[in-house]
Amino acid sequence: MSDRTRVVVTGAGWITPLGHDLESVWARLQNGETAVSPIDRFQAGSFPTTFANQVRGYDWTTSVKDADRHGVIGAHTGFALGAARQAWSMAGLDEAAADPRRIGIYLASGEGVLDFDSYQRTSLSAWNKDLRAINDSQWHDTAVDAIDGAYELAQEPNMPMAHIAREFGIRGPAFNCLTACAASNQAIGEACDLIRRGDADVMISGGTHTMLHVLGITGFNRLTALSTRNDDIPRASRPFSRSRDGFVMGEGSGIIVLESEAHARARGAQILGEVTGYGSTADAYRITDIHPEGRGPCAAMREALADAGIDLSHSTDAPPVQYISAHGTGTQENDKIETRAVKTVFGDLAPSIPMTSIKSMMGHLICAAGAVEFITCLLIMRDGVIPPTINLNDPDPDLDLDYVPNEARSAPVDTCLSNAFGFGGQNDTLIVSRVD
Amino acid sequence: MSRTVGISGIGPVSTFGIGIDPLWEALLAGRTGIDTVGQFDASAFGCPLAAELGPDMLSIRSIVPKHYRKATKVMCRDIELAIAGAVAALDDAALTTAGTDKDSPPTIEPHRMGCQIGAGLICSDVNELGAALVTSQLEDGSFDLDHWGREGMQNLTPLWLLKSLPNMLACHVTIVHDCRGPSNTITCWESSAALSLAESVRVIQRGAADACLSGGAESRQNVLAFHRQAEAGRLTDGARGAEQAVLPFHPDADGCVLGEGGGLVVVEAVDHAAARGRAVDAIIEGVGITQTIDDWTGVGASGESIADAIEQALSQAGLDADAIDAVIPFGSGIAAIDTAERDALHRVFGDRAAELELVLLVPAVGNCCSGHGSIQLAVAVQCLKTGMLPARRGSEAIDGLNAAPLDARQTNPRHMLVLSASLGGQNTAVILGGAS
Repeated sequence: MSDRTRVVVTGAGWITPLGHDLESVWARLQNGETAVSPIDRFQAGSFPTTFANQVRGYDWTTSVKDADRHGVIGAHTGFALGAARQAWSMAGLDEAAADPRRIGIYLASGEGVLDFDSYQRTSLSAWNKDLRAINDSQWHDTAVDAIDGAYELAQEPNMPMAHIAREFGIRGPAFNCLTACAASNQAIGEACDLIRRGDADVMISGGTHTMLHVLGITGFNRLTALSTRNDDIPRASRPFSRSRDGFVMGEGSGIIVLESEAHARARGAQILGEVTGYGSTADAYRITDIHPEGRGPCAAMREALADAGIDLSHSTDAPPVQYISAHGTGTQENDKIETRAVKTVFGDLAPSIPMTSIKSMMGHLICAAGAVEFITCLLIMRDGVIPPTINLNDPDPDLDLDYVPNEARSAPVDTCLSNAFGFGGQNDTLIVSRVD
Repeated sequence: MSRTVGISGIGPVSTFGIGIDPLWEALLAGRTGIDTVGQFDASAFGCPLAAELGPDMLSIRSIVPKHYRKATKVMCRDIELAIAGAVAALDDAALTTAGTDKDSPPTIEPHRMGCQIGAGLICSDVNELGAALVTSQLEDGSFDLDHWGREGMQNLTPLWLLKSLPNMLACHVTIVHDCRGPSNTITCWESSAALSLAESVRVIQRGAADACLSGGAESRQNVLAFHRQAEAGRLTDGARGAEQAVLPFHPDADGCVLGEGGGLVVVEAVDHAAARGRAVDAIIEGVGITQTIDDWTGVGASGESIADAIEQALSQAGLDADAIDAVIPFGSGIAAIDTAERDALHRVFGDRAAELELVLLVPAVGNCCSGHGSIQLAVAVQCLKTGMLPARRGSEAIDGLNAAPLDARQTNPRHMLVLSASLGGQNTAVILGGAS
């Protein structure tokens, strides 16, 4: 790997339930705060889950030069534009005069939000009770007035990247991937590969998503994947606790600027870290279950470590990775198997590596989860502070790693490993290292 | 020096059936699969036509291994199309997997087999969701969200959400065929399949796999998708009838017709194919990818950005434009995209653009959205293998391009160029060369 192109991070930004700028969110993460609250995006009071981590008080139009140029956009696009503006500005790309054909984008965006009210009104108006099916012509006649075509088009998964490209004049390689909770780790890893090949000098990457809507919460409630701790909302997201009962929905976006080291140094850009390793695997096991031994996650972590040139057999004392950002959803299955996989990969070193889940504070941002966790790794290395896993006052006796319970900890960190595993069996691990 | 990568198997799925044989026979004969929509009553919609698979063409239970039949209950049409394409592509490539023959050892190690599949925003089955929604309807016809949260949603099967997640195409394919290498889902409309192919090439060249199932599949044969497309102004009204419904590059072009299908190809390192005694059928010589920033709405595209993609692909292939013997453009019949493609071809090929051999597929198979590129790629491979170019459909008076109706002909192309320009502004150019 010695002669391959090094890929560094020169900008980062996020729009999250904990806030809309890098430093205030980071301060809240260190303080162990959560943004969880009752859902007010729709009337969720009777749902099995009534709470989530919502983005509040955010206005995307303040992040763009001319909102009219963007027309109708979805919430996912709005989050992404705000995060991208922060990252772009931090990287100083406005002043860089880079060739727009050499700037690409690899985003992980989920779908937007279906206009549920119009949809249900249309479907119910056309429902034929005898046939137990809609009358298609009647559905169409209602839809013409009820369902706004421009709004619906704006909910496509590739729209956030298109709007980012338009806002910043990006004309290079462009991809959007959608691999559920693993998506933005995958986007970042693949974006790095494009730079290493020489297909671009700069890549905008990360993720954006909201599933905080009627059918999103419905779907995850039916899967029994969400916490239903409605009587104790602040403590609902409790990864690695014995009493964990599912994840808490979040929403938002995390965007980073990736760049070849040579390109970044030539223009004097500030370097926040280097992506040194990436591993990507498929479980190929079951639709909803993870392989009980964590076969896929183990392989992804091992690939990422190998990609970073880290040989654990030579690391008997000081662990070569000083922090693990856990996927850590707070479901019984994930936390158990992720812990097992980390122990399998790191062996005797595992207990000495702090591993936390910021989902305990921010919720699960689905396609954007990996990106905000990656950005957290950059800040951990910068400040030498590891944010806690909150609500961990009821440890699971079977989960025995160092999850940094409830309070942040000061510790020097030079290399982080960040996991993201998705429904559907995708496993993506990134390794990011300090650059002196 | 990076590994040479080719296509060793094709598995197109189209209105003509599964696999290359029925598609190729129809294309040589100049037949169209466009007909009146059969999967729902589209008479009231803007376009009553589509290119669907017939009801007897795809029996998913007979395609998947016996032990996996239960899982077909949670497969939407798009997933079925991808699985059908995988089986056909693996068969064509003479690759044995756990899914093709559970009693024989696989001819490729599971962890060396990747999977990159393009997918679209999948609409939930409107009748399935409607049947649940109606249980929460009040006597006055309005919808009771409170009842939905308490009881109504229980009428959806617990795994309901998983039927319509885009990454479930790759999830099922990786499980059936035990593909444990990198797996991704690209959601960039008509560019999805070519972007997936580009990623498969990268995955193999960086050493993460020896072969990948690659491509895309989609079916938008439902009321919501039709409504969205009609509202976006992308569909013809079908007034000319099925035979003349789509007129790419013609002054009277007024939109496309939706098709369903796509399929997969096997992308494989040439050395790996050779080691198992199989020559690839085409070499992937270059892939160019760009993003349009000027107009990427439902009907727009940029000739300059498409031309940039072609130039990138030529540069990667080390070829001059003169080396391209035939082109498979998107050729959608959507006037603004046709104009941009024509502009791009003139920018790159100059006066020769008017004589370039064009292969037009949308008039035969419709616009298969995220799966469309798979059909283009499969046809390009078949052209290289057989030396034949399919017959062209359409009408006279094509301005500036060699796109008028023509019978199938033997031209023995050495290099084929395949283009896409997606809703959302992603453009791709793939150059395939003959394996000999």
